[in-house]
Amino acid sequence: MSDKPAVACSGLSCVFMGGVSALQDVSFRLPAGGLTAIIGPSGCGKTTLLRIAAGLERATSGSIQFLREDGSTQPLRAGRLTVCFQEARLLPWRTVIDNVALPLELAGVDRRQRRARADAVIQAAGLDGTQRRLPAQLSGGMRMRVALARTLVTNPAVLLLDEPCSSVDEFTRMQLDEEIRRVWQVSGATTLLVTHSVSEAVFLADSIIIMKRAQVHCTHVVSLAQGNRDRTTLEFSREVEQVMRALAHAAGVVTR
Amino acid sequence: MNRAAQNIRAVVAPVVAVLVILAGWQAAVIATGVSPFLLPRPTVIAETMWQSRALLFDATLRTATAALAGFAIASAVGVIAGSLIAALPILRRSLYPLATILQMVPLVAVAPLLVIWFGFGLPTAIAASAVVAVFPVLASTIDGLRSVDPGLREIFALAHASPWTRWRKLDLPASVPAIVTGLRIAAGLAVIGAIVGEFVSGYGGSHAPLGIVVMTAMREARTDLVFGAVALCASVGFFLFGVVSTLGWLLARRWHPSAQDEMEIRK
Repeated sequence: MSDKPAVACSGLSCVFMGGVSALQDVSFRLPAGGLTAIIGPSGCGKTTLLRIAAGLERATSGSIQFLREDGSTQPLRAGRLTVCFQEARLLPWRTVIDNVALPLELAGVDRRQRRARADAVIQAAGLDGTQRRLPAQLSGGMRMRVALARTLVTNPAVLLLDEPCSSVDEFTRMQLDEEIRRVWQVSGATTLLVTHSVSEAVFLADSIIIMKRAQVHCTHVVSLAQGNRDRTTLEFSREVEQVMRALAHAAGVVTR
Repeated sequence: MNRAAQNIRAVVAPVVAVLVILAGWQAAVIATGVSPFLLPRPTVIAETMWQSRALLFDATLRTATAALAGFAIASAVGVIAGSLIAALPILRRSLYPLATILQMVPLVAVAPLLVIWFGFGLPTAIAASAVVAVFPVLASTIDGLRSVDPGLREIFALAHASPWTRWRKLDLPASVPAIVTGLRIAAGLAVIGAIVGEFVSGYGGSHAPLGIVVMTAMREARTDLVFGAVALCASVGFFLFGVVSTLGWLLARRWHPSAQDEMEIRK
């Protein structure tokens, strides 16, 4: 799984106009092919971090780059990077298959090839039969699945997920989490998941970065094996509890 | 109620309304004995239209040509200029206020200038039509392009898409409903522009357009013919409006809420 490069974030700071500091000297490393979650209260800078990684926002100082084994670095934008946002962000006038094929279309892949690839990705996502539907004809959860399928179509090296489950109900969220795990494992991409759900982070991530007011508060390594995570077990609840404690500490809430 | 019954209703209701109004008109003229010079009977107008059918058909064709050509030029210029203005902030700041001010200049006042530039005849009618129809297309194009979902733009930014690619694959399709709204307004204005152009450029002879037929009929005190020509002017505008509305509906019917509203109106 580690044919994909690791990512290093070092000394990243971001000050918005008006002097609001969204990130202060944030450093961490995303292991090659791993899934790292960032969790923290609203306004802690986690989405800004992801947007800088995607090249949609500019850092005031510091960098977030690919890290090769020989220690050299390369800008993230130069490699294959995809983002799945909070909203599905599908073009409403395009069918599912044409939405999924869009990144390939923009990369100049010819029509037959990109449709074949998109079709394969859609089928693997369990969305067979929706190819010719329009986004408005799908449920919210289905639209997110299409958006996830679209991130897979270019075979990305880095996958950035910005609270992909925040707009769906708890039941759909559990199904989507399974799909996120599948997408991550199929692509083998070095993945960063921004979320505000502790159970989602524990369910999916190798390690969890807990943020507090524009800074990294601490990092929690999830001790459960990737293939063996069940929300209904006591071990899972214990893991959630540990992360909750760290979060409460970050938020300044007193715990027993 | 099923779809077919709804469609029949949609056609029958306005037709009945028109027939009732015409009957009332006819009855009022007969009852009051008003002079046919002031208000001719609808039956007389219909008779005149039939007798002058060759002249009126030719005139309608000419006016429709001017309005259609003017509308086509206004659409192309409006969408292209609107796209440039929306894309380039410097143009937006410099040209857009200017366009707004120019729009305030009354067409009737400008029309003689068009005669100086384009001469007496069809080109002036086309130019007048285009001048008056371009602004709503320009404004609605700019409005549509500036309202494109920024989230969708980020999808294109992530793929390093060029502005041209983004315009073709995102901005333009997303703006279709707004542009169609502008085109519908432009359709009516294009006919007005063509008639005004015909008034001032006064080309006529045996191939007079509707604007000239109206003027000549007025001078000859043939009120019935004036009414007939005016009705045909309206029908040219109605036809253009109908074509634009149908095209817009076909383009957006599958995904845009406005097309669903249209369905409601059609019921």
